[in-house]
Order: sequence, then C-alpha cells, then structure tokens
Amino acid sequence: MASSRLVAPELATIKVQGMTRESFLMRSTLAAGAAYGAMSATGLISSALADAGGGDVDILNYALTLEFLETEFYTQAAKRVKGLSKYESDLTKELRDNEGAHVDALTATIKQLGGKPVAKPMFQFGGAFASRTAYFKTANVLEDTGVSAYNGAAPMIKSVDVLAAAGSIVQVEARHAAMIRLVRDRPPAPLGFDKASGMDEILAAVKPFIKG
Amino acid sequence: MTDSALRELADDPSSRKRFFKMLGGAGAVSAATVVLAACGNDDDKAEATPPAGSDVKDNNNSDLKVLNYALTLEFLEADFYKQVIASGLVKDAKVASIAKKFGQSEQEHVDALIATIKKLGGKPVDAPKTKFQPTLDKGLKAVLETAATVENLGAAAYLGQAGNIKSKEVLAAALAIHSVEARHAAALNILVGRGFGDGKGGLEGALPDGAFAKPMSEAAVLKAVKPFLA
Repeated sequence: MASSRLVAPELATIKVQGMTRESFLMRSTLAAGAAYGAMSATGLISSALADAGGGDVDILNYALTLEFLETEFYTQAAKRVKGLSKYESDLTKELRDNEGAHVDALTATIKQLGGKPVAKPMFQFGGAFASRTAYFKTANVLEDTGVSAYNGAAPMIKSVDVLAAAGSIVQVEARHAAMIRLVRDRPPAPLGFDKASGMDEILAAVKPFIKG
Repeated sequence: MTDSALRELADDPSSRKRFFKMLGGAGAVSAATVVLAACGNDDDKAEATPPAGSDVKDNNNSDLKVLNYALTLEFLEADFYKQVIASGLVKDAKVASIAKKFGQSEQEHVDALIATIKKLGGKPVDAPKTKFQPTLDKGLKAVLETAATVENLGAAAYLGQAGNIKSKEVLAAALAIHSVEARHAAALNILVGRGFGDGKGGLEGALPDGAFAKPMSEAAVLKAVKPFLA
C-alpha cells in the first residue's frame, strides 16, 4: 500500500482503505477464473485488458497523454477563439485549469510509482479555433473521448489508490463533457451508460491532433 | 431542444445497445440482460463456484452490498424524476426533455442493477418509500436544485465505492453509470444557475470539488438523502 500512496496534494483527500487492488485482483482473478472461465472477460473488457497489459504506469501515461492534449487545446482556445460569451470564456479557462491540474497530478503519481512520465507531444488542432462552433464541436469530441478512455482503462488499474485518482478525474471529465454539450445545445448525457473504449480506439480518435 | 440536438439523440446508439456491445454479450435484448452477460456467469458455471468462505463468495457478497446500496440511490433518483415529470412543473421544452432523459437513464440503472444483483445470486433491495412532495410543493426552482444536489450526491456515492468493488465487470458497469451521474449533476447545476461552484467541496455547483471530484462514504450519502425518505 505504502508503495502506491499518491503524493499529489490534490489527491490527498481521496482516501482508500483496505488492501491494494493488486492483491485482491490477483485473488479474485485466480479464483474467479476457475468459476467463471473466460466468459467474464469478453468484448471491450478483454480488449482493454490486452491493451493495458503494461500496468498502472502505462495506464497513467496513457491518461497523461490525453490530459496534455486537453490542456493544450484549452490553452490555445482561451487565446484564439473569438466571439465567446463571458460564460463560455470562463468555462474555457476553468477547463484549461482543470486539465492542467490533471497533468500535474498524473505526472506526480507516475513519478511516485517509480515510472517515467511521457513527454508532452506536439499537437495540431487544424481549424478547431477558427470559430466558436468549431471549437466547441472539437471540445465535445475530446471530452466524450476522455470519459470513455478513463472508463475503459480504469477496471485494469491494479492499485486502489490509482483507481481512486482515475475515478476522481473521470468524474470531472464527464462534468466537462456535459457542460460543453449544454453550450452546444446537445443532450448533456445522451446515454444511460457511458461508453468504455479501448486504448486502440482512443489513440485512433486523437491521432489527428498529434503531430508526427 | 433544437432539431440538431434531437437528431444527435436519435443518432446515438441506444444505451442498451451500447452497454450490450461494451460488455460483449450476444443476443441480449435489454440493459438488464446485458449486465448479466457482464457478470459472465451462467447457471452451469455457477455450480463451479467454490463453497462459502472462499474468496469468490466473499467478493461476491461484498459486491452485492455495493450494488444494493447503489440500487437504493437509483430507486430514489428514478422516483424523483417520475414525480417531477408527473407534477407538470416543468414547462420549458428543453428542461423537460433533459429531465425525461435523465429519468429514463436512472430507470435503466435500476433495471441493470437489479439484474446484476440477481445474477450474482443476491436479493435486490425493495424500492425505498420516498418523500418528495414537500420539495415539489416548493416549485420548479426548488425541484431542479434538489435534482442538482441529488445528482452530485449520486456521483460522489459511486466514486466512494469504486475501490470497494471486487469484480472488474461490476466495476466497469459502475463506472459507466458513475460518469452519467456526473453528467447529470453538471448539467443540472448549470441549468439551475449554480455555475461551477466554489471548487472547495459540498454538493452545489457543476464542479463542486474543482479538478478532482471527491468521493462520499455510504454513511454520509445515506445521511444526506434521509430527508427524501419517508
């Protein structure tokens, strides 16, 4: 437990008790494997498992890449998008600051776990800042993608501390998604159950924004 | 709601289909059945479950407790939206459409949780007797504010349980619901004019805890919903 305790002060309020997720996952996987067979790991869950075989640091670095993307997106939007209302401008700055805080927390967590945070990629956003409409449309895609990325990866997280952190962040991403959707006059929560996406699907979705 | 919004809603694959696909079942016809598939345990296989006292049984029982707690909250939310819609208080078409959709989703959560509990061999709790009339009597503003608070509570409740869930499939299902509660919470808080919130905690605002959502313990959540229980 101590080895996976988080240092990011923002996450200090998230308390987790009991054994590590690793220990119970190992127990439950071994035991449940016999009872449930391969049937329990089907569809998305199995593909996400295959994707995220590298452990918590890999999942955190995957999340960090997405948070870098979102932070850069809103940082540029705050400077470049014209014609935003006061609320829309405030929202943009709030989202920028939230995503930046996620970057900092994930970076600190990866280091604490003895991992190496990925470098920030070079991003390109094409015409996403050319208009208010284009901006919010892209923001909508990024936030919905963020939610499904975390929801897809979180069940593979071994440490309960890291799971708590991911849960704390995905809830905020979902809130962002709803707020952006409201601005666009779209249903804020179109589904009864949010999507969970595997890493391959997410990386394909964000590839157009990554240079080189 | 605009035409384009309705179109997007129509274009969106239904929750059931989505959930079904996500969990990889085949031939399931409802969200309920889908969660059954998620639990990956049919009657034949259940016979292979080790005897009481084993880890599987312990994990199962502990997940059932979490699921029944979630079910109680979902019953409460679903019933609230039903009563709000039946009250006729909501006149604005956009707000009405959102309330109806949110209510439908809560009912889907109820159905999915019941099916999951049964599949795991548990007994779903009964729906609690609710007490929303005093809120309804206060009018639309109070109703929407209550909905906003209750959704913030729901999101915090799910977050508080994530680490307690033993089965990856149950965790995946809880996460798929958790982020929907968060969407509801944010949208309602904006609609009632609460803005982002102070970011310091509490149950008011679209981002009441700032960049990192805080979990709530079962005891704190049950205390907070007590005024709505008869």
